[in-house]
Amino acid sequence: MSGFSLSHLDALESEAVHIFREVAGEFERPVILFSGGKDSIVMLHLALKAFAPAAIPFTLLHVDTGHNFPEVLDYRDRVVAAHGLRLHVASVQDYIDRGVLRERPDGTRNPLQTLPLTEKIQSERFDAVFGGGRRDEEKARAKERVFSLRDEFSQWDPRRQRPELWNLYNGRHAPGEHVRVFPLSNWTELDVWQYIARERIELPEIYYAHHREVFQRGGMWLTAGEWGGPKDGETVEKRRVRYRTVGDMSCTGAVDSDADTIEKVIAEIAASRLTERGATRADDKLSEAAMEDRKREGYF
Amino acid sequence: MTGTTIDTLRFATAGSVDDGKSTLVGRLLHDSKSVLADQLEAVEHASRNRGQEAPDLALLTDGLRAEREQGITIDVAYRYFATPKRRFILADTPGHVQYTRNMVTGASTAELAIVLVDARNGVVEQTRRHAAVAGLLRVPHVVLAVNKMDLVGYEEQVFEHIVEDFAGLAAELKLPGFTPIPVSALVGDNVVDRSARMDWYAGPALLEFLENVPVGTGADAEAPARFPVQYVIRHGEVRYYAGQLVSGELRVGDRVVVHPSGETSEITGIDALGVPQETAHAPQSISVRLADQRDISRGDMITAGTGSPMLTQDVRAAVCHLADRPLRVGDRVLLRHTTRTVKAIVKDLGGAAELTANDLGRVTVRTAEPLALDDYAVSRRTGAFILIDPADGATLTAGMVELS
Repeated sequence: MSGFSLSHLDALESEAVHIFREVAGEFERPVILFSGGKDSIVMLHLALKAFAPAAIPFTLLHVDTGHNFPEVLDYRDRVVAAHGLRLHVASVQDYIDRGVLRERPDGTRNPLQTLPLTEKIQSERFDAVFGGGRRDEEKARAKERVFSLRDEFSQWDPRRQRPELWNLYNGRHAPGEHVRVFPLSNWTELDVWQYIARERIELPEIYYAHHREVFQRGGMWLTAGEWGGPKDGETVEKRRVRYRTVGDMSCTGAVDSDADTIEKVIAEIAASRLTERGATRADDKLSEAAMEDRKREGYF
Repeated sequence: MTGTTIDTLRFATAGSVDDGKSTLVGRLLHDSKSVLADQLEAVEHASRNRGQEAPDLALLTDGLRAEREQGITIDVAYRYFATPKRRFILADTPGHVQYTRNMVTGASTAELAIVLVDARNGVVEQTRRHAAVAGLLRVPHVVLAVNKMDLVGYEEQVFEHIVEDFAGLAAELKLPGFTPIPVSALVGDNVVDRSARMDWYAGPALLEFLENVPVGTGADAEAPARFPVQYVIRHGEVRYYAGQLVSGELRVGDRVVVHPSGETSEITGIDALGVPQETAHAPQSISVRLADQRDISRGDMITAGTGSPMLTQDVRAAVCHLADRPLRVGDRVLLRHTTRTVKAIVKDLGGAAELTANDLGRVTVRTAEPLALDDYAVSRRTGAFILIDPADGATLTAGMVELS
């Protein structure tokens, strides 16, 4: 054999497909966390390819904070219908309405997602939960396994992680425990965008530059809305922006951008001097260990 | 293949505590412009909080709170960076004795290992262990990075003496060879750019070497075709056997053998994620169709061409024990090899009564069903296995098959 080597995107794709098929072979009730964000969209695309021409042997789960971008919800529903998928929803609003969870003073609902997620996993008896997390996103994520064992409270214990060797993923777990699986572990933000371009994957419009009413808080442009913005002293203005990540509207910021095509987005990311979380996520700016703490408690 | 033609180098780092490994990794990321402004800002902020003036680049890689508090690295961390020439996945593994298992983990998928030594201390017991792990895991390339050259006056003799010591070790451990590079991670000498302070050194800077070392040319690419079945996709009457081709290549028309049943058939179609292909190469994920209706399921292995795997229930292997609980003769375990998991009993531990965490040793196990094995020296994928505790699913031991 002379010098065959896979391009880096083909190698990443092959690895992710291998992970999806391992889960299909080893678990009873796997589910894909699907937020309508680009990483979960790429996950779904890979899963569809992994099992074609048959249907994917997984359902989808959306943890709905109630602070959704309408464009993203619309996208979610179209995708579910187009592929004949089954969608589970764990609703943060429900928990607030029932008085189980209380709104935080800062209005952000990201940290409130853990309980509805965990209870949905338990009640549906999901044993493998695919997440779109990437190791390049954050320092705590850089240390998580592809197969990450969680206890019945969904907690992650970084000191008790199983060594993960070669591509032998160990998914054994006790009843009540489950495994979080991260098929995009080795992808970077740029890889995800290059793959979206190569595969011509449709995304919600908010990922591309558009005009939007925003106001500034904590150095980020937030979309005005019922969830609690703008407050006194914050003024709304119309700017040309796009989103680099999609999460809860109350803590996901837009960036100033003229990138209205995928080629321009890729050029913009390649030249960016900020990480996507640093640029757009208020929740990760809280402390040096913000993500680690949320992960230990059962967050994605 | 579609997409860009940039390839990927997976590599691992190993060094003892205080060899400056985190600083080296931080320097590599920083000087290759892979650290973004907000990450650097966070490091500067944290460094100031500790009363340090210059940003401590080691903080770029210390991910967890316990690590920052104790100033150590407790787990394998993966880093991603790219240059115009190549994309890199770095498994950054800590060097304490009790964490040998982390280096084994990082090295298992690495094509290159950087073994770091402190120029003031030279080759120490830890270095021997790291070299042994690199040899055991058959990492194709080893770099000996002699760090802190600034603290020994950039003396050529110091470097040459360490290289000589390591060469003795490499011969003893039968390493395929190694590339020594004198560096100062703190100052940046020979990390990204060649240093004028060591004009006696004519070789490449570390990053230059990483960018140019050949990848994908190891034993796996040359090995015969091995296709462990992961999953059977049923669509109407058709069965697609899905999996990742772990070594060699498969062609439409190839005669194949299915292990362990020994049944034979012929490939009638190969699908590479939606694209029909005449030929598939490792490590592509594919699905294949066969001419005959066969009872094939997850855990079976399809092979083609000359060079059959060894079908056996008696597995002999070099091992690294990973778990805190010991492995003893007589233990009942699960053995996971490619996509197959079978029951097994530990028959022999090379004369030892037990193996404890981080021990390197030898094992013979008897399996409940035959496995299709290759020697680890021939294939790192079909020659590797892990032992699992059936009680709680813990990963116990990493094994590398020795057929001869």
